[in-house]
Amino acid sequence: MRNRASTVAAYAFLSLFFVAFLYPFLWMIASSLKPDLEIVSMGLTSSNYTLGNYLLVFSRAPVVRAFLNSLIVASAVTVSVVLFGAMVGYALAKVKWKGSVYLTAFLLFTMMLPFQLTLIPTYTLIVKLGLTDNLLGLILPNMLTAVAVIMFRQFFQSIPDTILEAARVDGCSEVKLVFKIVMPLAKPAVVTVAIITFLTSWNDVLWPIMVIRERDLMTLPQLVTTFVLGGEAESHLGAKLASATLLAVPIVVFYSFFQRSIVQSFASSGVKG
Amino acid sequence: MMLRARSHGWLLSSPYLVYAAVFVVFPLAFSLYLVFHRWDGMAAPVFVGLGNLARLVQDPLFYRSILNTLEFLVIHIPLQIVFALLFAVALNSITWLRGFFRAVYFMPVVVSGVVVTILWQQLYSYDNGVLNTILTHLGLGRVPWVTSPALAMPSIALMATWKNVGLYTVMFLVGLQDIPAEMHEAARIDGATAVKRFLRITVPLLRPTMTLVVVLSTINGFSLFVEPYVMTGGGPLNSTLSTVLYIYNQGFYFGHLGYGAALGFVFALIILVVVLIQRKALESA
Repeated sequence: MRNRASTVAAYAFLSLFFVAFLYPFLWMIASSLKPDLEIVSMGLTSSNYTLGNYLLVFSRAPVVRAFLNSLIVASAVTVSVVLFGAMVGYALAKVKWKGSVYLTAFLLFTMMLPFQLTLIPTYTLIVKLGLTDNLLGLILPNMLTAVAVIMFRQFFQSIPDTILEAARVDGCSEVKLVFKIVMPLAKPAVVTVAIITFLTSWNDVLWPIMVIRERDLMTLPQLVTTFVLGGEAESHLGAKLASATLLAVPIVVFYSFFQRSIVQSFASSGVKG
Repeated sequence: MMLRARSHGWLLSSPYLVYAAVFVVFPLAFSLYLVFHRWDGMAAPVFVGLGNLARLVQDPLFYRSILNTLEFLVIHIPLQIVFALLFAVALNSITWLRGFFRAVYFMPVVVSGVVVTILWQQLYSYDNGVLNTILTHLGLGRVPWVTSPALAMPSIALMATWKNVGLYTVMFLVGLQDIPAEMHEAARIDGATAVKRFLRITVPLLRPTMTLVVVLSTINGFSLFVEPYVMTGGGPLNSTLSTVLYIYNQGFYFGHLGYGAALGFVFALIILVVVLIQRKALESA
């Protein structure tokens, strides 16, 4: 009896916050489809739904271009982090060599360093390399992370040595071993690292606003930020909310397909997107 | 054989060695160099010795930004832990719809902070924001959520909690599922109430997760940038100027690269000290 009461209480509590988490998003989408004067309303319905806000955003900001830029940057970064992260993680976990101890220690040390320490120096480096207003300026500094290497290292340590020994005896080279035998086994680690890397890269704003100034090279979050702050939206609430919705939609679609793996990846890794 | 393994070790690690040389070691060394120089990025850097650091200790905005960031953390972290724990315990007690609720609670985590901030800017709007509309319907007064210097940072902390709490909820949920059901069963037979079981069994056994959550949300909190940048630009009256926003303004916007690097250097030391103290305190508590 008491158990049933607590179950009902749990559902009531969770439903209340379900509304608190979902309603703001629904309100944003609904409001982005309303004329400015109606946005003051809390309701979601309107008899004057319009695409005007979206037309304004598309006419003033290169949204499609920015979407493609974000896609290029996040994909390149993800492929690189997975590929190189797995290679180095494998070297640290499964190749017996003296350097692995020192390199692991160094990686763990760099993981402790707050990014605030190297933000300005890395920015000046990108300036000196002539990579401002260049997507490479967004990709290169993020091509590998210590966290990814350590995650792969931990995963590879759980693979039994006997499997690898057998392949080595058959004359399989170390590089081939990584891609033909280890990587297929490492699918869960690949998925986790890929999801977290992609979302982190996709959602980054601070680095793009420092490196990119040319509008055609901006990433989507950056473009929406400058659209909203830079006066192009003027005081059109609807246009601001439409640009925010356009920024949210690709990730929400992605999330709705891979929700389970995304949640699990974040739960197991402990980093933020 | 040994030689082969060694060369393979270096070969396979070479991507990281190259990356670390360019994007870890060089910026670290360069940050030390910049701390002692004045540089606008164009003309030759001028050696100023401890000049940047002397300026920093007398810079009221630097202190302000540190205090603002700490204010954010002090509100955000407890709020986040309490709600994440409540959500996790509630989710753990049900089976039907659990995945569905979890998915919705987690959604703000993956959505860009830019989206969340633009959205909450409207919810927080003084004249006709949704929150003030609800308050006036309830017969209460309007709240100057982000227009009052006293409330702006707490409002941003509240919004950040809404955005991030799903992440910490799923972490606590993983921790809760590691607690054997028999422990609760045994305690119940011994007559322990639900509250007592929560405080005596659940909370102590969640300690490792708690440490992780506190350290992670501290590190994330010290990175606070997008929310004040989009919501308030650091205002009103610098009340939401976070340290990363200040470093961005100095180093990037005003082009004071040496001073910006010095700010980053000192701020990084503060972060390291805070995180180390937290770890020690939580692990020995």
